[in-house]
Amino acid sequence: MQNPVVFWLRQHLFSSVAQSVLTLLLLTVLALVGATILRWGVIDAVGFNGTAEQCRAAAGACWAVIGEKYRPILFGLYPYDEQWRAALAVLVWFVTVGLSLSPMCWHSRLLWPLWIVSLVVMSVLMSGGLFGLPPVSSADWGGLPLTLLLFSGTVIIGMPVSVALALGRRSPLPFLRGLSVVFIEGLRGVPLITILFVAVNVFPLFLPAGMEVNKLLRVIIGIALFFACYQAEVIRGGLQAVPRGQYEAAAVLNLGYWHTTTKIVLPQALRICLPAVTNHIIAAMKNSSFVIIIGLFDVLTATTAVMQDPVWRRYYIETYVFIAGLYLLFGFSLSRYAVWIEGRIDERRNPEGVS
Amino acid sequence: MMKQSDNSGVLASDATREATAFRLFTFFGSQSVRSACYQLLLAALLAGFSYWLYSNVVENLHAQRISTGFGFLHQPAHFAIGETLIPYSANDTYTRALVVGFLNTLYVTLCGIVLATLLGFLVGIGRVSRNWLLMKVCVTYVELLRNVPVILHVIFWSMVIRNLPAPRQAIELPGGFLTNRGLTFSVPAAHSGWQWTLLALLAGCVLSLLVSLLARYWRERRSKVLPTGRIRLALIIGLPLMVWWLSGAPHALNTPELRGFNFRGGFTISPEFTALLLGISLYSSAYIAEIVRAGIQSVPKGQLEAARALSFSSWHVMRYVVIPQAMRVMVPPLASKYVSLAKNSSIAVVIGYPELANISNTMMSQTGQALEAIAIMMVVYLVISGTTSLLMNLFNRYVAIKER
Repeated sequence: MQNPVVFWLRQHLFSSVAQSVLTLLLLTVLALVGATILRWGVIDAVGFNGTAEQCRAAAGACWAVIGEKYRPILFGLYPYDEQWRAALAVLVWFVTVGLSLSPMCWHSRLLWPLWIVSLVVMSVLMSGGLFGLPPVSSADWGGLPLTLLLFSGTVIIGMPVSVALALGRRSPLPFLRGLSVVFIEGLRGVPLITILFVAVNVFPLFLPAGMEVNKLLRVIIGIALFFACYQAEVIRGGLQAVPRGQYEAAAVLNLGYWHTTTKIVLPQALRICLPAVTNHIIAAMKNSSFVIIIGLFDVLTATTAVMQDPVWRRYYIETYVFIAGLYLLFGFSLSRYAVWIEGRIDERRNPEGVS
Repeated sequence: MMKQSDNSGVLASDATREATAFRLFTFFGSQSVRSACYQLLLAALLAGFSYWLYSNVVENLHAQRISTGFGFLHQPAHFAIGETLIPYSANDTYTRALVVGFLNTLYVTLCGIVLATLLGFLVGIGRVSRNWLLMKVCVTYVELLRNVPVILHVIFWSMVIRNLPAPRQAIELPGGFLTNRGLTFSVPAAHSGWQWTLLALLAGCVLSLLVSLLARYWRERRSKVLPTGRIRLALIIGLPLMVWWLSGAPHALNTPELRGFNFRGGFTISPEFTALLLGISLYSSAYIAEIVRAGIQSVPKGQLEAARALSFSSWHVMRYVVIPQAMRVMVPPLASKYVSLAKNSSIAVVIGYPELANISNTMMSQTGQALEAIAIMMVVYLVISGTTSLLMNLFNRYVAIKER
């Protein structure tokens, strides 16, 4: 019998001469790149609590820029002394989302109160004006709390709209169907930037004089509608994949349109298109960074502003690596979660693993 | 008629009234009438809402003394544009500025599509490689690049280029220089021969396409395979080469030289263009790699085994068995990726490459006519997206399974 390690190596790395050459070549490149990154990022680098002088003397990365600037990056323009409130709000957000993502809490009697309480707590923490907290205008919100707000607002507003649009596009009413098609295709055909321009510059013109909607809210609605149009197409795919027999069975049971849709069709459709739905939710998280164009202070805008500091601006790679890492962490955990939940759904539908 | 609907078996004295009520009930109860009512209601609501928005806009514009209409498009733009594909000066009209921006959008989009497709195919094929190490490297590439917002990609590259050394300390590359003013490299000096060579190249490509269509016709009608590979190679490479030689074989180069603070001569790819191109193509390439992987994996394994059993070489397996079938799966998602790449080019607003969104944005801030500027922008992007998906749909029809 062959040694399993040797067998694995032969099969996966050295199966032929060409493969062996490729493997060796890749190993060399990886070793060189890895060594460079290790030397730059760890060995020659200055740690988080270093100083600008140390950084200038060092040959490697300057992580001190993160230690120095993480607060303006993470909290933007939020008043420095009040930033603990923003941090606490972020913590509440993570706990709430974490709880809502775990199947133990999937019960409407638990989730609704949880979200209402968390939303109230977060908005009190962020805006202040109660319990002796100094008020902070939403124009001063920034950094991570703003990114999370844009992201969750997009998903919370966008998901129901997307379901409505998808149903509208498959509706038997031709006028409603046409309207949904025009809306979906129109918004999908233009870049997000134009939507943001509309939200900031044009939307106020459509309101009667004296009536105003907060800029942040306008932007969130704009991004949410954009998100909803993409998500609607995904959900439409899911709706199309629900077998005809399910509709017929519902008709036999004499269920009306709403009951058929909400109790039979939608749950199946959403389950079918879950992977694509999560992809678009991850995309929504990344798309929140587009607000840099209209000057809202999300994480990316805050970082770019921080990089104007002449003392630290030369360490832009370290700073952007940090931000990229933040997005990577979010995106990666969301996609891992989606994979896990898909596996769980399959398992529950098909406990013996028979397909 | 009354007899037909009156099947409730009531007394004759009440029959008329009951029948009317029943008819009304069935009238509103019938599916088609009810849906017509819903739609009328919806249309009325929509019309009312639109009218309300319209009257608000008119009132607001009047109150703010903003003139409406597209008359401003004929006024001189009064701003300079760094990179133009057609001649443009600050005295030209807004219309011309918009055309410049539109052409720049098309230019960066086309370059981006080519670059992203090349990278995406390489990584996507590596992603299904038998070599475990290569596969892992490609997975890492995909995960790292696509989980970072595209705007961060673009800003990052623009920062990298801005922090390159100035022209005096330029990084020397074989045949060019890399500086914070962009990538400068030698190009052939202007000569009429080059134009003819370029034309010959174009003609060669068209002719080779014709030859391959002809060969296909021949194969399908006469079941005879023609060896067209060499003919097509000769047309694409040989023809331009011959024209180049006949037109006097120009070979003088226009090499960049350092004069004062910048390079003179040669050809320069601007920092803004490079940052935008790198950012949007690297980001899209990660998605394209996944599309390619899904396409290749959709080809049943048995087909590969069958092809190998027929002693196809691995290149032929790829060329004649895998790619044609994978294409069917790949083309629709590729189309939407290309459209999104075109739309992503609009983030040039943050780094200052003068494409459509950037120029519209300048126009909007100069004239204050936000409504018109944004409307133009949206319509042009809709046309770009529409045309791209139309072309890809045609291509899709070409690669899709032809069931007879």
